[in-house]
Amino acid sequence: MRSTALFYRRMPSPLHATRAGVGALWAAAMSLATLLLDQPLALLALLAAVLGGGAGAGVGRPLARTIRTAAIVWLPIVVVNVLVSRDGLTVFARLGDLGPFGQGNLTLEAVVFGLVIALKVMLLILITTLASLAVDPDETLRIVRRLSFRSALTASLATRMIPVLAADAQRFAEAQRTRPDGAPHGVRARLALMRAVVGGSLDRAMDVAATLEVRGFAGARRAPRLPRPWSRHDVAFLASAAAIAALAIAGRVSDAASFRAYPEVHAPVSPATIVLCAGLLAAALLPFADRRGVEV
Amino acid sequence: MSAPLLVFDDVTYSYPGVEEPALSDVAVEIQPGEFCLLAGLSGHGKSSFLRAACGLVPHFHGGRFAGRVTLAGLDTREHGPSRLGAYAGVLFQDPETQLVMSTVRAELALALESRGHGSTAVARGVEEVALALGIDALLDRSTHQLSGGEKQRVALGAALAGRPRLVLLDEPTSQLDPVAGDELIGLLRRLNQEWETTIVLAEHRLERCLAAADRVIALEHGRVGCDSDPQAFLAWAEKRAPALQTPAAKLFTHAGLHPAPAGVRQARKALRAHGLLTEEHGLPEIAGPAAPRRTRRRDRPKAALELRGAWHELRDGPAILRGVNLRVAPGESVALMGRNGAGKSTLLRHAAGLLQPTRGDVERAGRVALLLQNPGDYLIHEWVFEEAPPEALAAAGLAAMSQRNPRDLSGGERQRLALAIVSGSGEPPAVLALDEPTRGMDRAAKALLAEELRTRSAGGQAVIVATHDPEFAAACADRAVLMADGRVIADGTSAELLSGGWYFATETARILSGAGGALLPEEGAELLRRQAQQTRDGGAAAPEAEIAPGAAR
Repeated sequence: MRSTALFYRRMPSPLHATRAGVGALWAAAMSLATLLLDQPLALLALLAAVLGGGAGAGVGRPLARTIRTAAIVWLPIVVVNVLVSRDGLTVFARLGDLGPFGQGNLTLEAVVFGLVIALKVMLLILITTLASLAVDPDETLRIVRRLSFRSALTASLATRMIPVLAADAQRFAEAQRTRPDGAPHGVRARLALMRAVVGGSLDRAMDVAATLEVRGFAGARRAPRLPRPWSRHDVAFLASAAAIAALAIAGRVSDAASFRAYPEVHAPVSPATIVLCAGLLAAALLPFADRRGVEV
Repeated sequence: MSAPLLVFDDVTYSYPGVEEPALSDVAVEIQPGEFCLLAGLSGHGKSSFLRAACGLVPHFHGGRFAGRVTLAGLDTREHGPSRLGAYAGVLFQDPETQLVMSTVRAELALALESRGHGSTAVARGVEEVALALGIDALLDRSTHQLSGGEKQRVALGAALAGRPRLVLLDEPTSQLDPVAGDELIGLLRRLNQEWETTIVLAEHRLERCLAAADRVIALEHGRVGCDSDPQAFLAWAEKRAPALQTPAAKLFTHAGLHPAPAGVRQARKALRAHGLLTEEHGLPEIAGPAAPRRTRRRDRPKAALELRGAWHELRDGPAILRGVNLRVAPGESVALMGRNGAGKSTLLRHAAGLLQPTRGDVERAGRVALLLQNPGDYLIHEWVFEEAPPEALAAAGLAAMSQRNPRDLSGGERQRLALAIVSGSGEPPAVLALDEPTRGMDRAAKALLAEELRTRSAGGQAVIVATHDPEFAAACADRAVLMADGRVIADGTSAELLSGGWYFATETARILSGAGGALLPEEGAELLRRQAQQTRDGGAAAPEAEIAPGAAR
């Protein structure tokens, strides 16, 4: 009966102990590196860094689950790219004449390029998941609240209500299973069930709205800035974010991470590439090594 | 005398589209520092009173409003709930809808931030309210990780963060186990006594809080039926609204003793003064009803339900059930008790086959009908007749309502309809299992449900009820099972189990120190009469108690 959904929970980890702004910045730096670098080895280093970071933050298992779930995104990317790409010289299968689509030649280069794009998409999904699991959404939205109180509170409410409404739907479904003839079948019954769940959600929304009213939401003002001393983890992750961003930019402008898929795959692995990959891994993972003061 | 904090000046209010007023000519003044209890049956206006006090009525709900409510001198017609929220904190029944942020710290800070307090005031307010309510250890926890009791404390903390002068609470203990419920009432008492916070508390289980109250306002059909101190309220309830009497008051009424006590301590003091309770051991030993003798294994009838070493272990999580052995015979009625999280609901789900044990097994003699906590979860159609077959509706006494929308039914009627749905119309279920069926129910509705369950068990159906309410358990079950941490830690007759504790004991049993296994006021009164008789027969000094002639039933 335990929820398997991906929600933030305070855990004893360096990333959880970091202020939300810095945590979000670290995730942004990782995303920037993902977008700037195309070299497969560098992307694999980033993948190892995200998974290692997930393990260090105590959320390795949900991240691993995300890889499975994200297959519905990255697998089609590879397949579609192989089918539609007309570039590449190394043909490994010929589908013949496809009429208006021309010759259906499947190339190795299209597979590699598809895999690189899929890896980048996967990395972005994993980084977002890691951030949502380990960076306090309330604190993040608090930063936004200084700019737009109501929008941020609405977003915060939505974040909070997702697990509540999921639990409501589960309860309704469970109640229907206890009927002597089992849960109602057919389209009409399903529509009735859906209507009841939505109706229940609206009732709940009314109650939440009443709570917000009496807490002063209608007259809400700009949230104050809460002073908070910089912890060792704040400093470490900020330095890590800066290092990752710098390495990514350096890799992009230099030859260290050069990559070309068409017309032939060109992905040289030079000592600079190795240094870049090692640097990315170290910069991303070192902050997780210091576990002082992480207790919840 | 200082100016009243809350004034209802001839208030009459009807919800939109409803002809009958929820409040009628209500005129009440509440002074600063009062602990005021709001009593009344379900649907008689308690929630509407609270919502009018904080401005939700009429600003949020709409409807027709006449008269005037002033809070701290502010007219609620001119000032909305947001403005009034600076003076009144509100705690509703369901803690789930009162937590809007993801962490406890953010939740406590929200009300202060909304009102534009500076960063120092916010940080200090959060710290102080957390310390005052003993939730400082929860500050960095996620709100969806909290237990029901913790959620309710955090919601109370959020209501108190701005240090309001008045706190309005709508049945805050209805979803809590007896321990968490008592803790919450204790907290309110402290707030009231140490910080002079004015409390207005609507509650069905008056025995929990009557002793702490300065004043009781009883609402009848939206009108003030009684507005007096607890003692006078009990005298009024005895004559006008017996359904509002506490078990202690009923005990005294049945025993012909007056005046009715407001709580256990007062009751024991009165009984001592009357010579009916000795100083050291409570009542002298008087034989109670004999506990049923356990039958030998081979003589036992086939079980209606049997759990053998049932475990429920979560993947990557704790074990919720730990080797539970439980056998329920046909016609037996069992109350399942224990704190929130003890494993009661999980056990019932295993009984009904919604869950499969990870170890051990469950054997059923037939169908197990399970009524879950919220009857509204069963009601998905637009008409009552679509929800259950005509025979089942007739058996539940709902045939006349078949053309109504299920959501228009009262709480008790909805529960009867849900019971009809799970019972079905064919072969009656071998076991009827109910999970917390008395949540938010008034005493009259509970009595009806207990009677229904007694009838079913007399008809051969095994009944198993998970409940936090010892009075209801005593009224509907012969046997009680106490669970803790996924284990059955005590299993015996209701008389044995519900008579010897602080939390899992009825008020009658607590007053009489469990003497004679008396659980209900009627049984306790019988015991007291016998005690008085023995004292008279033994030639001892006549007790001061006036045992009214003919009071025996």
